[in-house]
Order: sequence, then structure tokens, then C-alpha cells
Amino acid sequence: MTKQKLLLVGLGMVGHRFCERFLEEDQTRTWQLTVLGEELVAPYDRVHLSSIFSGKTPADLELAPASWYQEAGIDLHLGQRAVGIDRERKQVMTSQGQTFSYDHLILATGSSAFVPNMPGTQMKGVFVYRTLDDLAAIQNYSHDCQKALVIGGGLLGLEAAKALYDLGLKTTVMEVADRLMPRQLDDQGAGLLKSSIESLGVQVLTSQKINSIVGVGQVQGLAMQNGEIFPTDMVVISAGIRPRDELARESGLGMGSRGGIRIDANLRTSDPSISAIGECALYEEMIYGLVAPGYKMAEALAQQLCGGNQTFTGADMSTRLKVLGIEVASIGDPFVSGSNIGFWTSWDAGRGFYRKLVYEKAGRKLLGAILVGDTAPYNTSLYQRGAAVDEQPEKHFVTGGLIGNSTLETLICSCENVAKSSIVECIGKGARDVKAVQKGCRAGTGCGSCLSLVKDILNEEMEKLGEEVDRSLCEHFAFSRPELYQLIKSTRIKSFDELIKRYGRTGFGCEICKPTAASIFASLWSEYVLKPDVATLQDTNDRFLANIQKNGTYSVVPRIPAGEITPAKLLVIGRIAEKYELYTKITGGQRIDLFGARLEQLPMIWAELIAAGFESGHAYGKSVRTVKSCVGSTWCRYGVQDSVAMAILIEERYKGIRSPHKIKMAVSGCARECAEAQSKDVGVIATENGWNLYVGGNGGMKPRHADLLAADLDDASLIRFIDRFLIYYIRTADRLMRTSTWIQKLPGGLAHVKKVVLEDAFGIGAEMEEEMASLVASFQCEWKTTLESPDRLKQFRSFINTNEPDDSIQFVRQRGQIAPTPATLPT
Amino acid sequence: MWIAVCKVDDVPGDGGACIKWGEKHIALFNVTSRDDWYAMDNRCPHDGQTVLARGIVGDAGGSPKVACPLHKNSFCLKDGRHLGGQDDWRLTTYPVKVEGGQVFIELPEEKHRGAS
Repeated sequence: MTKQKLLLVGLGMVGHRFCERFLEEDQTRTWQLTVLGEELVAPYDRVHLSSIFSGKTPADLELAPASWYQEAGIDLHLGQRAVGIDRERKQVMTSQGQTFSYDHLILATGSSAFVPNMPGTQMKGVFVYRTLDDLAAIQNYSHDCQKALVIGGGLLGLEAAKALYDLGLKTTVMEVADRLMPRQLDDQGAGLLKSSIESLGVQVLTSQKINSIVGVGQVQGLAMQNGEIFPTDMVVISAGIRPRDELARESGLGMGSRGGIRIDANLRTSDPSISAIGECALYEEMIYGLVAPGYKMAEALAQQLCGGNQTFTGADMSTRLKVLGIEVASIGDPFVSGSNIGFWTSWDAGRGFYRKLVYEKAGRKLLGAILVGDTAPYNTSLYQRGAAVDEQPEKHFVTGGLIGNSTLETLICSCENVAKSSIVECIGKGARDVKAVQKGCRAGTGCGSCLSLVKDILNEEMEKLGEEVDRSLCEHFAFSRPELYQLIKSTRIKSFDELIKRYGRTGFGCEICKPTAASIFASLWSEYVLKPDVATLQDTNDRFLANIQKNGTYSVVPRIPAGEITPAKLLVIGRIAEKYELYTKITGGQRIDLFGARLEQLPMIWAELIAAGFESGHAYGKSVRTVKSCVGSTWCRYGVQDSVAMAILIEERYKGIRSPHKIKMAVSGCARECAEAQSKDVGVIATENGWNLYVGGNGGMKPRHADLLAADLDDASLIRFIDRFLIYYIRTADRLMRTSTWIQKLPGGLAHVKKVVLEDAFGIGAEMEEEMASLVASFQCEWKTTLESPDRLKQFRSFINTNEPDDSIQFVRQRGQIAPTPATLPT
Repeated sequence: MWIAVCKVDDVPGDGGACIKWGEKHIALFNVTSRDDWYAMDNRCPHDGQTVLARGIVGDAGGSPKVACPLHKNSFCLKDGRHLGGQDDWRLTTYPVKVEGGQVFIELPEEKHRGAS
């Protein structure tokens, strides 16, 4: 039996996908497949073209080598452009003069860049952005250029801008509409995207009316409608696509009025022997300019040609992509409006997130959504149009809840059309990392934007198999600390009961989530930590405003700002220590620690300290503790600034502020660094011109030198940057994570901190300063407050049924002071 | 015998307090989240310190527990079991009842009251 001849014209991503799927379907080998490709190279990934300029090679983008086709028995002809179809003879002619006959013909000719009709587009230095050849030409020309300009601020335009940015050119994006990605984003989403892109140094101009491209011999600028000339060294046009339908048009196939080869649900053109798939095809007046619908068409056709009955009835235009490193997704129709339509938006400038849900009010069914900054929720159950929108939509946006919300049917990888079930199956078969999952079920091999979700599923499944620990806070909350912080902040919840009722999983809390919540309440609302409804949430030290020691006694640390203390106050401390028989030691933070106080002694000791002018040192809190200093320019012959005065100013400002973990600081008066500021969370070192600010240092188990955040600051800027740094840390760090680990784990690391703190790239600087100002203003000496409250004092008793002291606590004497008796275990 | 140890209001909600009974220190917990009271030895078997009443009260899988303030060892409030699997660290528990705002613990008779 002679095989039927199947001819595919066009070998882009969709053409290649057809070949792959066709091989799987055509088990009986009833067809002989011949492929004509216009380009000289094997098919490649066009979606990631710009990665060529950030280190990838054309080989990395290759979808399959020419040998793959050979091995599969496909007759491949590269560098053969089809120039005509003879439908009567069923033949296709090529530019090389060859003729290929067919029984069935598939057109997958794709699209070309749309070039607006204006003078100058043919000038030297003007490019389109579509193929590897285009990229090579852009790269060659860019060697003599400093400035480049992209016409078009849509999906492709921004992709082109990334390419130019990676080439090191000063890049500008010009968009005719009033915002970026006008088809996908609303004003707010586009605004956030714009500011994020601008923070990279790429200029974005919207509402631009261009007259022509001008220059002598080569492009020199754009002439704008308002008469101005915008100078540039090169121009890349990326203003949309046009289907490549010339072949079909000339052979008389049915066309759309504005181009595109008309197809039906069976992918057939007006000639039943000819099909069309991908961006050249027009289905119900719609050109699908995305790769995922093209793949769907290819798969349906492959199956049909081999006896199946799969059809193509349109595709969702939801997209998810990374634009210059910023994640953007648009789902369904986010622009519908009307009295029956509900909206929910959430704006987190701090983390650069914007989220919008558009839903039908009555049934709370999702109609559309926009996500900027973090698109992880894209693939959750919410992804589907018509999905139910929760009464508390923020729930949909907290990781931990995300994968939990998904079902096995949830589509995870929309490029490769992989549902969660396939990934789970793949893990069940032994895949233990993302790579193995990619290999096993192709998830994440397309645009790659679902990789973090694939990782989440992997973690989830491995946890089920007992192979990895849960990353949520504890069994009571599926959220991490920063997520809880955001929830508490946005809902203004002030009690743990309400928090766990609304956002908890089960039970009533534990020693992990309770202190975490208490710390967040204190960071946000700055209320007295022993208020009745929060007192029992506090960790031991906060609960009794003292540091518990190994024998159940406590140590007392009065504040000694910057380690500066008068002889009179030293005497007070000495007298109190003597009176209560406390062990005294100088701490690493330049203060005096008094050990061995029994619970019921704490109020008496503090009453005396406060009467003498001391206040709480907050040594018990996960909070700003002490600011160490050297004597500075006042006494030291090397000092260049008054480090003691600055240390006092800083300590007085930030004292007691609750944070994810303790915060230590220091100020040195010169580069000799006697205060060891570079080992602190916040270190300040004097210079001739002001102050250098260091952050993220640590001593302890994992010593780390602090990083220089900013140099030669005046006093006001120093304080402003510390304000922002601390608030940003409080907002985003995990529970018990010191600043050094936090910076290392933060995506973007120190560079990101610089963007937020120094450059105010997200526009939250002022807001963070206000937050700090309110924390500073609401400072209270917690011991003073406690002493004024008889109810609170009742808690400072060793026993509630008698006032006698705890006689089980015994001391021995060592080097002239008390020490706990060596532990004896109960008999 | 049932001993009246304190008033309901003397122990903070979802918190604990310590009772002295002769030489014994007994931790009393007011688990308002479950509307229940528990009592057990106050001494953590790990380090031998009498501190459990100052721990954080919570639950593990819905069952009430307290975490020692020194090293966060958790103990089941119902049966005194160590939740980290140290079977020999079992604490004695005592029945508690509340009548007319007064809290009672049932303690072994042979222990005479040390404080007046």
C-alpha cells in the first residue's frame, strides 16, 4: 500500500509540535510526512528569543535537531520557502524551484512582525524582532549604538526591550496607548509594571504619537506628532503581528477581511485537502497570537489526521509571562463591567504585587483576573474562568493555600497542557526534582513560568511521602510569617482568636504561631505586650519581661543607651544587685545584666530601677536591643564623628521595636571600627563626610560581615534609610530570621534591598517612614506600664495559692557571686 | 482529696499558674479555647526545673499541650506524656474541677499542706 502524502509548510514552534504529536498518533504509519522550513536552522523556541542576549545560545533554544526528523522518518527540507500552491494538482512550489505534491497540506506559516505604515521604516538601523536572523542583525548593529528604542509596549515589545537592555543599551519603550500591555492590563497593573521596569533603568513612554522615523543614511530619531524629535541610535518595531497568509490568499483559499486563513473547528480551510494551524489561521474572526492555542490546534489536527475526532473550538487568551524579570498574568476578561460585576483588588507596593479579580456578583464566579509581580496563583483553581471566588479573596493569594486549592485536574503548565495529575503521577514514578518532572511530563519546559508551581507540587507530594517538612508556620497556619504579617495588616486583626478563626487550619495555636502572631501584632499595632488578650501568646521572656535562665530564674537588663552611664547610675545598679543578691556581668552590648532574680522579685527590682531613672532594656524581646559604640571624636584622637551621640540617637529611636528576630546595632567613630559595627544587623561607621551604613552583619554561629548599603550619609539620610530598612525587614522576613539570613534569602539580595531602601523603586519609602514614625511615637517602657497595673502584677508570683517565695531555687557561690546549683534531676 | 486552690480569674485564659502543695509544685492550666482545666507536675523532666506553668498552652492535633519555656519540650495536658517521644518523661496529672468560680485539684491525701 502506498502511503498518503502529508505536507507541512512552516516549521516554527507550532509546526514542530504538530510533528511531535503526529508521530505519537500515527502508529500505523499511514502517512509519509514531508516538512518545508523557510529558515536554514532546525525549529527553535521563539518565545525565549531574548535569552540569547542573556547567555543562552541558539543551540539552547533548539526544539529538536535536524537528525531527530531523520530518525523519525520525516522528510525535512530546510531553507525551502513555499512560493505557490497548485490546488488542482495538489502541489507546492518552492523558492528553490522544487515541487512537492500532497494528499493533504498543512499551512503553519505563522506570522510576521506588523510594521506600521509610516515613513522611515526601511531605513538602516530599523529592525523587527521575530527570528534568530533578526536578533543577529540587531546584535551586529548595536555595537555602534548607545541608545535604542522599541516601538510597541505590548507583550512582544517588552520582550524586545529586554533583549536591548541585555545588550547594554540605554533602552526606551514607546507605546501608542496610555499604558503598557493595554490588552492584558488595567491602569493600576500597567502602572506597577511600568515603575518596576523603570527601576531597571528602562525608560517607558506611553500615549506617544509617532509621525516618522528620521535620519540621514541611518536612523537618528523619531519625529513625534507634536513636532519634537526623539533621538535614538536604533529602532526595533514590535507593534504586533500579521498572519503570513500570502500563499493561501494567492491560491484562492477563504480569508478573513483583515487577513488570516479561515478555518473551521476541524482546522480545515475552504479546501478540505488543506488545513491551517497557528498564527496564520483565523478561527471565528480570531487570530490566536499565543503559542498555547497554536499547540492546541496542532494537537487536534494530528489526532484527526490519524482517525480521531478532536476539534479546536477556540482557546482562552489567558497569558502568564515574565517581562523584564517581572511576572505578569492576565486571565479571562479582566475588563468586563456592569452592575452585576464585582471587583476585588489588592495592592502591595512593598512586595511589588498587584492583583485584581473580576467576578459575577451573584454567583461569585470568576470572569477575569490580572496579576502583576507574583503570578503563582495563575495556575490554581482560580485560573479557570467560572471558578468560585472566595468571600475573602485574599485567601486565594497566599502560598500554602495555593496548591491546596488546586485539584488534580488543575492545569499547571499551560504551554505544554500538563494538568496537576500528570505531575503527581510523574513524582509517583520516582521524579524527585524539577528536572526529572520536566523530563517525565514536559511540565515547565515551555515558558517556564509554572516552574515555581511545579516545585510546590513536588514539595507537597514529597511531604506526603514523608520526604520533606512542611514550610508553613506550624500545624495551625498554612502561612509563612510574611504572609501572616500581610494578612494581619490588611485585615487589621488584633486578636489571636480572630486570626486563627479566620485564617487558621485547626486547633487553637501553639508555641510557634502564638509568639509569631504576638510579635506581628506588636510590630503593627504597637500595643502593650502584656495586654490580657495577648499576654499568654508571648514567648517566656516577653511574658515576664525578663530573660529566663537555666534554673527558672530571670535576668534583668536596664537600658544603658550606647553604653554611656553616669557613676551615680552605676552605683544604683550596684546597690540593687547587692540588695537582691544578683549576679552581675557586663554584656557584649555594653550594658549590665543582673542574674538570679525570682519571678516575684522582678516587680520590686524594676520599681527601684525606674525610680532611679532607668527603663526597660528590652533584652527579653525579639526587638531592637542595644546600640554599641566607641567613645568617638569626643575623646578619641582618631575619631571623626561623635559616635556616642549618634548611637544614643539611634537607640532612643528604635528601642523596643518588635521584629522577626533580635536586632543588634553599633556605631563606630572612625574606620578603626572599635564598636564592631560590621558584625551587627545595622552598623554605622563614621567617615570624614558623614556615615557609612552597613546592614546584615552577624556574629554568633554564622558570622557574616555586614554589607555596605550606602556611604557618606548625612544624619537625616542615615535615619531615613535605617527606618526603611527595619520596616522592610519586619514586613518580609521569616520567623526567627536574622537580617543576615534574610538578605541572603531575599530574591535579588542586597541589590534588592538597595532598590527598596535607597532608590525607593516601589514607591513605599514614605509609607515605611510613616510606619516607623508611628512605632517610635508609641514607645513605652513596658515595666513602667506593668508596675502601674495591679492585675498584671498578680502574674509575677511564683505561686497563686501562697505568697511565699519559690524555695526550690537554690544557689551556690562562685568567684564571690551567686551561681545556679548544678542541675539535679527529680528522683 | 479535692483541694480549693484558686479562683477562676487567677489563671489567665489559655495560660497557666503554679500551685504549691507541700513540697510539690503543680502547674494548673486554664484552657479557655477548650473550656477545660488541667493540672500536672510543674517540673520539666528534661532539666528538672519547675517552670511548666509558665509555658505556652496550645494544641497538637487538637489535643491540649504545654511547651516548656526553657527548651520547648511539649507535654500532653491530658495524660502528661512527652510529645517528642521520650516515654520515660511522663508527668503526673491531677483531676481539676470548677465549682462556683472556685478551682479544685484532686491531690493525694498523704501530702499535707506546707503553707498556711
